[in-house]
Amino acid sequence: MSRSLIFFGLAAFAFNAQAQNVLIKNATVHTAASQGTLNNTDVLVQGGIIRAIGKNLANPAGLKSVDANGKPLTPGLFGGITDIGLEEISQEETTVDANLNLKTGDSGLIETLRPEFDVTRAYNPRSTLLAVARVGGMSFTALGTDGALLSGQGGVMRLDGGYEPIAGRRVPFISIGAGKLGQSGATRAAQFMLLEQAFNEAKAPTPGDDRLLTGQGRNALNQAMAGQRFLVSVNREADIRQVLKLVQKYGIRIAIIGGAEAWRVADALAAAKVPVFLDALDNLPGSFEQIGASEENAARLHRAGVSVSFINGNDPSHNARKVRQIAGVAVSNGLPWEAGLAGITSAPAKALGVDAQVGSIEVGKSADLVLWTGDPLEVSSTATAMWLQGKETPLVSRQTLLRDRYLAPDNGLPRAYQP
Amino acid sequence: MNKLTIAAAICAALCVLPAQARKKPEPSPVKPAPFASTYKAIASPPVLIQNATVLTGTGERLDNADVLMQDGKIQAVGKALSAPGNAKIINGTGKWVTPGIIDVHSHLGVYASPGIDATSDGNEATNAVTANVWAEHSVWPQDAGFAKALAGGVTSMQILPGSANLVGGRSVILKNVAATTYQAMKFPGAPHGIKMACGENPKRVYGEKGGPSTRMGNVAGYRAAFIGAEAYRRKWDAYEKGGRQGDAPDQDLANDTLAGVLRGDITVNIHCYRADEMAAMIDLSKEFDFQISSFHHGVEAYKVADLLAKEKICGALWADWWGFKLEAYDGIEENIALVDRAPGGCAVVHSDSGEGIQRLNQEAAKVMASSKRVNIDIAPEHAIRWLTSNAAKALRIDEQTGSLQTGKMADVVVWSGTPFSTYAKAEQVFIDGALLYDRNNKALQPRADFLIGQEGQP
Repeated sequence: MSRSLIFFGLAAFAFNAQAQNVLIKNATVHTAASQGTLNNTDVLVQGGIIRAIGKNLANPAGLKSVDANGKPLTPGLFGGITDIGLEEISQEETTVDANLNLKTGDSGLIETLRPEFDVTRAYNPRSTLLAVARVGGMSFTALGTDGALLSGQGGVMRLDGGYEPIAGRRVPFISIGAGKLGQSGATRAAQFMLLEQAFNEAKAPTPGDDRLLTGQGRNALNQAMAGQRFLVSVNREADIRQVLKLVQKYGIRIAIIGGAEAWRVADALAAAKVPVFLDALDNLPGSFEQIGASEENAARLHRAGVSVSFINGNDPSHNARKVRQIAGVAVSNGLPWEAGLAGITSAPAKALGVDAQVGSIEVGKSADLVLWTGDPLEVSSTATAMWLQGKETPLVSRQTLLRDRYLAPDNGLPRAYQP
Repeated sequence: MNKLTIAAAICAALCVLPAQARKKPEPSPVKPAPFASTYKAIASPPVLIQNATVLTGTGERLDNADVLMQDGKIQAVGKALSAPGNAKIINGTGKWVTPGIIDVHSHLGVYASPGIDATSDGNEATNAVTANVWAEHSVWPQDAGFAKALAGGVTSMQILPGSANLVGGRSVILKNVAATTYQAMKFPGAPHGIKMACGENPKRVYGEKGGPSTRMGNVAGYRAAFIGAEAYRRKWDAYEKGGRQGDAPDQDLANDTLAGVLRGDITVNIHCYRADEMAAMIDLSKEFDFQISSFHHGVEAYKVADLLAKEKICGALWADWWGFKLEAYDGIEENIALVDRAPGGCAVVHSDSGEGIQRLNQEAAKVMASSKRVNIDIAPEHAIRWLTSNAAKALRIDEQTGSLQTGKMADVVVWSGTPFSTYAKAEQVFIDGALLYDRNNKALQPRADFLIGQEGQP
């Protein structure tokens, strides 16, 4: 495994074009696009790109052919908003780089507003978490950062061992609510005040000593306001409504992360075309910011016309693979199945601005594909094969290797002598 | 349980309680156990579930079978049962029926929703050994999580103190019934458990609070506690044996609990991740002659599955949690299956989570699916034991519940289909024969006081 990963990292595009070709025959193709589900369908991949989708496709170049035996084929799945590659062991702080936690003094608010912080610079694609997520069928994730009100930028990563975000895409993050009260003078009201002041400053910087942002920060925020979509962590209905006011006032684009009470604002979110990234398992009144948490959040938002994507809010990185179950639980609570699949494929790809590359099975898209034993939203299904940019990627992780080591028959020597 | 522990347990049962009956002069009276259960089953007419797929919890699957509940007990399980005239009939066609789900590791009530400072009552993190505290005294019956767990088919659970301490205190086993007091939830006749913790948590919490700050400090801490408890136990046992004559020895709450462990009256639950630490705890149990009931979390249990089976210790485990600490770094998705397949192995799916407890059936399904990748096929009638009869065994309530056998508590779940699916729903949940949750009837869905009048509620 390690050898092939190194190749990915060094030469994802140039290396061995032949290995990026495959003809997958006779699959139940869940396109996560307008074509919906196609039975007994072939997918032709050349040069890492999907070139054709149809029945009984010819194999002109004599490409390697895989018979799917009618099993479901999906786009590589979205693993949620995570710290994959940014944390190895959650409680060992020397292995965690996800959040910028600068000290904040009485007048040191500037340190809570660092939109220029780019967490992708700490990304380690050799982390064991990548392969664990791939075994679960996950092929891309949004690196998140959550250290401050304006917490900085993440990026969308294909989980293939490469270092660069897909399409170079950076994603700016904002975080509202209880977790940031320590940075806003103990009131949520100041969170909106500070955001407004920062937005104003980025748009029309005024000279003087009362600046909130560094020069780089102003540039980064200005750039983000001009074209990027902010991912805003917020749960409470009242706070979501305040965020929507900012959206209107500054003409920025956002998506909501968490959104435990988003269903109560569903129509407004639909009207403002604000996608929501939510955890469908989040149904407890876990705080006073989510008294309205409901397992029907996804279904209600979808009915109102809001784009829904799924995240694992509890254990996002090590258990990114659980996003698949989370989507399934949303389906079991009223979300149409196709919307459930979209929530871990095309919807997040679109919300994150990488839908030209990933998130659906369409001609011209990257061949990031997963073959399953059954319904991909079922906990009783597992991934059996994965292709990333057309290259077959073994479903092997540190976990499967440990498993195999302890499953191996006793050979008279300690387990340490097993592979 | 070894012989000495059994002898101690028998003595605890036979020597202590009937002491008043003995003809010795002026024995001190035996006080009733404090904080006793006031649980009362809710009355219900008989219920007959007909024509369902029944997983009995004993390893059997019965297709097109019936389950009859009467007077709070399982009356019969089989084909074409006849029901008393006043029985409520439930058409089970297409449905699956299982014993009520039992979670051996929950912090509902002690870390209640909303999770704020005021509800943080799970770790008495003031001393590394707090065998004196009882989790039940932290349980808030208005935790909205109880009702969500009920909607997931959970009928009984063990509420544990957290894992900050070497010895965290006593657990309590509750029936998942809505109540205003915890005593009214307390599982009648269930033993107390004790919670102990290995590894990183105690040393992290106490490293700068006087220790322990290392794993060797942890083990020294357990040993010191049990050395003291053993002397205490001897003193009290001699007093009891002597017919409670004269002044009773001083009572000490911590030693009461630890002596209860040594006598075999209290089940032992140890939060322990690493294989080598589990082996060390087994040696500790032999040094002080007690039986470990289950290792909780045991992310590396698969490495010592045979040892756990041999020592008759259950592994109460997650399907897929890993990596949040170094001691959880070696997690594999087949852990439960590997513990299960060791001859005599006892695997239990546990939650340790207000979210996970709602879907223990799906956690088991994940294990079944990942095991299949390595050609370990696990049938539903077998897997259901991980969350029913094995859990009951680990808590020592298997005489009362955990399987659909005549005479047991009628703790029963009717599922929309196979429980081992993302789409499975517990449709009806019976506790002691009473229908206390019905997915299709709002009037039979309990809601905590906390949620009343909250305008944001769904």
